[in-house]
Amino acid sequence: MTAIDPTAHLSDEQIEQLGRELDALRDEVIASRGERDAAYIRKVISVQRKLEMGSRGVLLFSLFPPAWLIGTAGLSVAKILENMEIGHNILHGQWDWMRDPKIHSTTWEWDHVSPAAQWKHSHNELHHTYTNVIGKDNDLGYGIMRVDEDQKWHPFHLGQPLWNFINACFFEYGIAAYDLELGKNLHKSRRKNPEFRARAREVGKKIRKQVLKDYIIHPLLSGPSFLTTLGATFTANLVRNLWSHSVIMCGHFPEGVQTFERRSIDGETRGQWYLRQMLGSANISGSKAMHIMTGNLSHQIEHHLFPDLPSNRYGEIAPKVRELFDRYGLEYVSGSLPKQVFSAWRKVFRLSLPNKSVKPNKTVKVPGRAKERVAA
Amino acid sequence: MTSVALRARALRLLEMVTTPLLPSDYLDLVAPLRSGADLRGRIEAIHPETRDAATIVIRPGRGWKGHVAGQYIRVGVDVDGVRLWRAYSVTSPTSRADGRITITVKAMPDGKVSNHLVRRAKPGTVIHLDQASGDFVLPAVKPAKVLYLTAGSGITPVMGMLRDTALADVVVLHSAPTEADVIFRDDLRDLAADKALRLIERHTDTAGTLDITRLDEHVPDWTERETWACGPTGLLDAAEEHWARHGIADRLHTERFRPAALVTGEGGAVTFTTTDKTVEADGATPLLDVGEQAGVLMPSGCRMGICFGCVTPLRAGAVRDLRTGEVTTAEPGVLIQTCVSAAAGACEIER
Repeated sequence: MTAIDPTAHLSDEQIEQLGRELDALRDEVIASRGERDAAYIRKVISVQRKLEMGSRGVLLFSLFPPAWLIGTAGLSVAKILENMEIGHNILHGQWDWMRDPKIHSTTWEWDHVSPAAQWKHSHNELHHTYTNVIGKDNDLGYGIMRVDEDQKWHPFHLGQPLWNFINACFFEYGIAAYDLELGKNLHKSRRKNPEFRARAREVGKKIRKQVLKDYIIHPLLSGPSFLTTLGATFTANLVRNLWSHSVIMCGHFPEGVQTFERRSIDGETRGQWYLRQMLGSANISGSKAMHIMTGNLSHQIEHHLFPDLPSNRYGEIAPKVRELFDRYGLEYVSGSLPKQVFSAWRKVFRLSLPNKSVKPNKTVKVPGRAKERVAA
Repeated sequence: MTSVALRARALRLLEMVTTPLLPSDYLDLVAPLRSGADLRGRIEAIHPETRDAATIVIRPGRGWKGHVAGQYIRVGVDVDGVRLWRAYSVTSPTSRADGRITITVKAMPDGKVSNHLVRRAKPGTVIHLDQASGDFVLPAVKPAKVLYLTAGSGITPVMGMLRDTALADVVVLHSAPTEADVIFRDDLRDLAADKALRLIERHTDTAGTLDITRLDEHVPDWTERETWACGPTGLLDAAEEHWARHGIADRLHTERFRPAALVTGEGGAVTFTTTDKTVEADGATPLLDVGEQAGVLMPSGCRMGICFGCVTPLRAGAVRDLRTGEVTTAEPGVLIQTCVSAAAGACEIER
């Protein structure tokens, strides 16, 4: 971690100019959205549904090892596609412009224990608005981990490599608990809050449906293959959870990603908001298939700049975004999946211990504000 | 157990297998026209009628309940990836043997859907449909003498009636800019040659727009006839006035393709409560357009205030009917037609 403000070389006017350039890029994509994009998402949905049904069909005979392997692999991929490229992006409203009531953020429900409506609130409204602002963006460690030097150390953090691993295995439950703000709401004074209880009931209902489908109905349909199908659906959920947890860790935790002070966003301008998104996110490099499997969250920087543009466009605008980083002298954090996963995990281990030395004051982490403070 | 109860139970079991999706989400992939599905249709052919009009042959899904001659259907078409709904008259007879229906579309300048259907749509495309509706139809007891007064694409519902029901004494007075612009020109002339009707074709580029007050000259016995009129607002307004002046307004039936006279009010902040979006709207833009621009999933239909496909609860504030200027204020249970209502001050719409 460096204590040098990565934006110190930019004037206020330059930051606003950067914002205008990004706005223009956004307008360009919106003006060209059309048939090709609609065909893309419909294709992905169609492939996912056929793959899921086909895999579940094969798993009816999961007593035979080859059927178990093929079915489990297919179901894992189908569940990953459903959550990442389809669910996450539809719930962002990326496809609302098509005005298709069956592919719309207000009507979509996903294969996940957190109900779409609750996830949309904590993800779209909180995380995407307060990205990487310490104390505001709970995605920074999900309230159970310390992933930045500026977060206060607590003996609880000694166990965070283990917490992180458990969270990864049961990630969808972690997200549901997180969306419910369980940490806060289980406190005696809030437990009986009717609004919280209603939301908890919603989650309970969703968990029941999901568990019934994956762990009871589907194994029952498999007859003599009951146990092997149960194992297969459990494995598919585990694979999906580990995969999405890894991808999401790579978005904001690797080294080189900046965090911001709570007061840095007071009166934030459009340009400063963009700058915070640029510095607070990291990309994953890889093949086209890898990008699709990550729901194009491998283009985390582009996604955070424009959360509601169709996901198939992130890769297309990435070279232009990168050119802006270069021109404005900013670091475009990107690396391969193994490299970024390793980097994020290393941080989880390192920060489980208190900071090594009295670190220099990090007041610099305020995009475009360093100069103001120097002057003041 | 009855078969209905059995079916319901089987469906519930299937829903447990497919949750969070519905069984229909999977069935739609392979059989979008099956019975029980949302009503859709497949475009099977597109026949040009004039240089800017075409007849679209549609095979409706199994849920299609049929139509009465003269009615229209709402059609949802994806244009540049965006689902847009419009209303078009059915031009095929109700007795068509192959079960297909046709609509006949004239490409309007700037008309997104009409231009798409006439010039770019391809056979094989699945489109979305609503059941037929509208009361521009012949009564059960057929009138002895009929006048069809039409202009431009206003001939379309009338063609549906002509093809469906033979009447003893029919006059068709149809206006179009030139001979080449007359939609169904050959069909109309064939029917005239068969003495099924008397055809008066008026080419307005050369003969000028029909002066309704001189209708006597073309159809001397028009007051004795039951009249169905369809065409531009100007023609229909003039006809309604003319028939009213002769005290026989009840003998005139009209079908409008555009909302009548526009009034404007003050506008204001429009809040869509379900999606939690607030936008500023002027007093002339329909709330349907305001919502669509804001990315809200708005139900829509004819966009002219007749089909009620767009009705939405008004939760707070007031809206103005763009056709009449009438202001509606929010009360529990008040529904508004968003396609012909604009903000009259701040208002909240449940969407």
